[in-house]
Amino acid sequence: MAEKLVVIGNGMAGIRTVEELLKIDPLAFDITVFGAEPYGNYNRIMLSPVLTGEKAFEEIVTHDEQWYVDNAVSLYKGKEVTEIDRVKRRVIASDGTTAEYDRLLIATGSNPFVIPVPGKDLDGVVTFRDMHDVNAMLDTAKQHKHAVVIGGGLLGLEAANGLMQQGMSVTVVHLMDTLMERQLDDVAAGMLRASLEERGLNFLMGAQTEAIIGKDRVEKVRFKDGTEIYADLVVMAVGIRPNMELAKTSGIHCERGVVVNDTLQTFDPRVYAVGECVQHRGITYGLVAPLFEMAKVCANHLAKHGIGRYEGSVTSTKLKVTGIDLFSAGDFTGNENTEDLIFQDASSGVYRKLVVQDNKIKGAVMYGDTIDGIWYFDLLRDETDISDMRKNILFGQAHLGDSGHGDDNRVIAMSDTAEICGCNGVCKGDIVSAITEKNLLTLEDVRAHTKASSSCGSCTGLVEALLAHTVGGDYSTAPHLKPMCACTDMTHDDVRAAITDKELKTVRDVMTGLAWKTADGCAKCRPALNYYVISAWPKEGLDDYQSRFINERVHANIQKDGTYSVIPRMWGGGTTPQELRVIADVAEEYDVKTVHVTGGQRIGLYGLTKEQLPPIWKKLSAAGMVSGHAYGKALRTVKTCVGKEWCRFGTQDSTRLGIELEKMTWGSWTPHKYKMAASGCPRNCAEATIKDFGVVCVDSGYELHVGGNGGIKVRVTDFLCSVKTENEVLEYAAAFMQIYRQEAHYLERTAPWLERVGLSYVKEQIVENEEYRKQLAASFHESQQYMQDDPWAERAEGVDKHEFEPIATITLGNQAVTA
Amino acid sequence: MQAATTKNAQGWIEVGQLDDIPKLGARVIKTEEGDIGIFRTAEDEVFALRDECPHKGGPLSQGIVHGKKVTCPLHNWNINLDSGEAVAPDEGCAASFPVRMEGTTIYLSIVAEENCPNK
Repeated sequence: MAEKLVVIGNGMAGIRTVEELLKIDPLAFDITVFGAEPYGNYNRIMLSPVLTGEKAFEEIVTHDEQWYVDNAVSLYKGKEVTEIDRVKRRVIASDGTTAEYDRLLIATGSNPFVIPVPGKDLDGVVTFRDMHDVNAMLDTAKQHKHAVVIGGGLLGLEAANGLMQQGMSVTVVHLMDTLMERQLDDVAAGMLRASLEERGLNFLMGAQTEAIIGKDRVEKVRFKDGTEIYADLVVMAVGIRPNMELAKTSGIHCERGVVVNDTLQTFDPRVYAVGECVQHRGITYGLVAPLFEMAKVCANHLAKHGIGRYEGSVTSTKLKVTGIDLFSAGDFTGNENTEDLIFQDASSGVYRKLVVQDNKIKGAVMYGDTIDGIWYFDLLRDETDISDMRKNILFGQAHLGDSGHGDDNRVIAMSDTAEICGCNGVCKGDIVSAITEKNLLTLEDVRAHTKASSSCGSCTGLVEALLAHTVGGDYSTAPHLKPMCACTDMTHDDVRAAITDKELKTVRDVMTGLAWKTADGCAKCRPALNYYVISAWPKEGLDDYQSRFINERVHANIQKDGTYSVIPRMWGGGTTPQELRVIADVAEEYDVKTVHVTGGQRIGLYGLTKEQLPPIWKKLSAAGMVSGHAYGKALRTVKTCVGKEWCRFGTQDSTRLGIELEKMTWGSWTPHKYKMAASGCPRNCAEATIKDFGVVCVDSGYELHVGGNGGIKVRVTDFLCSVKTENEVLEYAAAFMQIYRQEAHYLERTAPWLERVGLSYVKEQIVENEEYRKQLAASFHESQQYMQDDPWAERAEGVDKHEFEPIATITLGNQAVTA
Repeated sequence: MQAATTKNAQGWIEVGQLDDIPKLGARVIKTEEGDIGIFRTAEDEVFALRDECPHKGGPLSQGIVHGKKVTCPLHNWNINLDSGEAVAPDEGCAASFPVRMEGTTIYLSIVAEENCPNK
């Protein structure tokens, strides 16, 4: 029989945990939920747009009553649990309803703090916490004029903005001298205040409320200095306190909140707690993102699954007031050990401050243009060393200059018909309506439902910005360390380390040895695992072709109509009349629809069927040509110019150098495609500074450049070092390729990898450490011994024949035929 | 070896042997009405689907097989091998065809199941 799980609290944290649990193991528990409010579950962070009238209550309901029925969850709504009997393991509600539990989850959230002043219980004094409060405010706004909001924090300003939208004249009263002092520094707070005043809000700063005055309902608010202002409505929004009364009276250890460990268990291990009611490692949270992270870990533990631990969250904040863009994260005030990087442009209304310690971002405040907030937040959470980008970091990631989006980076200002995802043709309106209608909270959700950002990924920043803007700042950002895919909780780095440490040499061994959750993995993890196995064990590792994407399985690039392309290697971009003649003959014989010169200095034949591939390869092979690996996560091309052999400006023999580089590296598998180039002089005709590894010849030797990219996101290479001889070029090329092969995540190109680990790190490893450089180069050459067999020649001779021929052919009338 | 296709009395056509299809792989059966993909799971179950993804017609037989699903090589839709239905939130289906095993011999009926209009 299934064990019984009782959840106290029908809010976002409790239900998110139930949802995660149902995902992992729907039969593990009989689940009963008690909720004090008379509704299903709704998205509390969306109360602000309900107050402004931008949304209706129905639009923010995330789980209607049918959801509970469909998932066999018993819901007691409008019933407040008043007692937990931990001896008999049951809970008792105010109306006498009882429920027994094997495991109990406390998700009672928080209560708004009401300042203890005379008159606090008068009619017309409300808090801003639930739908009941919002209804009270909306009703008052219909009949009355003057509203006073006590509290100039996030919640207070959202309430004030909402009431102003409803036509009230609103004064915000704040104890401190600046707004949102827990999220903003003085400058940003000043800009915010100016902008809100322009919209019509009044502010009373440094004002301490002494009493709320009125006979039956509120009439005035009086302050310590004796001044009074008229008020028909008073909203107390001075903060929240974890709601831990029930836990406390049940003898569960509480401090500022219900104390939990890293698996979200209280001091009674049968009793869990999640959300705003908990205190974890001394910290309480009042935002949504941490709560989702807790829910995941808690559900995992309830299902006796995995080893997930909650280790605390770094949070970011965004104000949900339409037209005001501000962002803050981490420790933005700093201390004597930190330094500030500041960008301020008052007339454009833009302000950015980063608090940095030891070259790592500790906090960020942004006002006006917050599109890069997500990027800074990632750098903060990943503790990325920013020393290489300090000079430019305040100007943002410039990811919005990516190809496919023009220079349109004001996602908020875009029209609904503006195309966000150029690959899948998804417009802003499609994404926003999917987010609101389907209550999407993560980038993964948006990808699954709209396909936006699921192909090339260049619009990921825009989609995240839209998500943040639509659901508010505390949308569920991707976790700090991302699991490889839904088949495991392990990260790419965890898996790579385990493959080496545990000597896992087949994809199947990895999945078994690391307790994969699915039988055979998925299309995301299998190719990654296969790459990790063969890169860690080039000799003994089993290359599992069924785990390779079709292109690498048949050594040709699948096209949109299911046909394939054939692109033979042309070493360093060079060819001969004899090779050209063979290519021309093949193109004619097989009626090739398109012959095209590629961007990598070679010739592609397009529109071939699978069956045609081996015979074509046989002919090319006979003429000495090999696979160009134009289909693979592998060494693609080495582009060259004609160098000093012909060019009057050439300083070195870049053509021969390019050919040598290509002969050395062809056939190697890499985390993503890998391109090189060698230019004969700084005019750089081979475009070496947008390649993964580029050589620019100069009179004194060779400049080496790394981490460039000419695709989705143009990135100019970083200068690695200068060397004197061709041999050194080859050694550095091998070492750099090898460290990238060993350390980057699958499908991570050198550009994002380099940005993640930092150029300084790579320099330390291969420029400053000669011994390690030689070791890396040796590992590369060792691996190449097993990789440089031409896959085309092998298949022309019959390897993997089944890939290229149908199993059977059935003719009209189902006649028996020999295929 | 490509198999000779023979049809027996019940409308079952012999299309080959289990080992003609790699584990977690697929092969193509050519028919007058278009290609049919024939898939083999890790547990040696065999399924047949119209070789056209309901999304943009991608050849499902070229995808990666995992569990009882195949991922289309063009845009990564996941299709259930037993029903031909796309895995939610995607919507659509590829017609599925009855398969019968006799020992290691695979028989196929080219009369599609009634599961979807895309026959």
